[in-house]
Amino acid sequence: MSDTSRHEALIDTLGAELMPVRRLLPPWRRTLGWLLAVALVAVVLFMHYGAGTMLRRWDAAPDLGWAACGAAITAITGALAAFVLAVPGRPITWAWLPVPSALLWIGASGLGCLRAHIPGMPVLDLHGANDCLIFIISFSIPLSGLMIWLLRRACPLRPVLTAVMVGLASASASASLLEICHNFDAAATDLLMHALAVAIVVVANMIMGGRLLSKA
Amino acid sequence: MSHTLTFNTLTFGDTWVLLRELPPRVSGIDKAVPTESTSATDQADRQRAAWMAAAQAGDQRAYARLLTDSVSLIRAVARRQGVPVDTLDDVVQETLLTVHRVRHTFDPSRSYDAWLSAIASRRAIDTLRSHGRRDRREVHDEFALDHHADRDDASAGAEREQEATRLREAIKTLPPGQREAVEQLGLKEQSLAEAAERTGRNTGALKVNLHRALKTLRDRLHGES
Repeated sequence: MSDTSRHEALIDTLGAELMPVRRLLPPWRRTLGWLLAVALVAVVLFMHYGAGTMLRRWDAAPDLGWAACGAAITAITGALAAFVLAVPGRPITWAWLPVPSALLWIGASGLGCLRAHIPGMPVLDLHGANDCLIFIISFSIPLSGLMIWLLRRACPLRPVLTAVMVGLASASASASLLEICHNFDAAATDLLMHALAVAIVVVANMIMGGRLLSKA
Repeated sequence: MSHTLTFNTLTFGDTWVLLRELPPRVSGIDKAVPTESTSATDQADRQRAAWMAAAQAGDQRAYARLLTDSVSLIRAVARRQGVPVDTLDDVVQETLLTVHRVRHTFDPSRSYDAWLSAIASRRAIDTLRSHGRRDRREVHDEFALDHHADRDDASAGAEREQEATRLREAIKTLPPGQREAVEQLGLKEQSLAEAAERTGRNTGALKVNLHRALKTLRDRLHGES
């Protein structure tokens, strides 16, 4: 069979089995869907812990507020970048979208270690910092899973890069949620644990999420 | 919108490559000044986007025209990626199958060419990688070939038997639909009509299943050897 007739045969076959399909929703709407799940968790945490402690921390140390804003914006931009990159033909430059907010998040968190401590607020010891690590990782697992499940309906042609965005979005969303119940001042151990947790989530997504998405 | 995106994702040089590959009936021109050719490419792109939108709604005629039109584009992208001429058509086949599988991801307000180019480019890289792996496994040793006698018939027979066993094992692991297609069309050498009657499936489904089965078997056997 010549190559032209091979193509014609395949085109005939694919045409014969053509069925109407439901078009994929635009990336921003899919991002909103995922953020809704994050917002639901936030509501539950607010109902349990209230917003008082969080606001008092931000009032006493605005850098913590900036870090939280950076984390929340990274969750939004990282998710949007992941959903956009999962559609064929979209420019790879979308991967830069979460970078500025991630820099704000990291930079403001780092600055928190340099200033004077908030009066009356405890500094986290290593044991407490472990809880932060567990919190971020355990919230990141379902959030990453949900996003990978949603992304598998698209066609991520760059699975590893998309998975890095998934990891970044989930880890930053979890760090934002942690802010609600994190009644501690910034300290080097705490910052280190946060950074370690984010790195674990991103690398785990890169390895496992990349594989799951490449089969999509 | 699609005009902007075409330029975001395809460089000026790419547009020329695509134009060279496109038949005149598609591009509307043969050799023209860049501005005219760009607008002709843009127009052709919009036409293809409209066909894909119709195909997403189930229009078989628009789909067939679109896929036929896409072949030259896919070949251009694959050639640009450095795919050898003898494997260009493998990339075309793989890309057409992927386009069919992920056609729901196309947004008709955007460039079809950019969407297709991304998929074709990915499949071209996959093909290059799989050929690279195969080439590394093959040993070219002229001295050995000249100085070692061919194996006798008995060992050649045993080797054939081993290969047949491996193939039978690989066929057993295929999904039921694909296995059925290989058994009926490949092994029992039935005609499409006979196989369709026997299995109760339509001929289109059988052909697609056979194509997918052959791809899976090729990947598995090359992956193992």
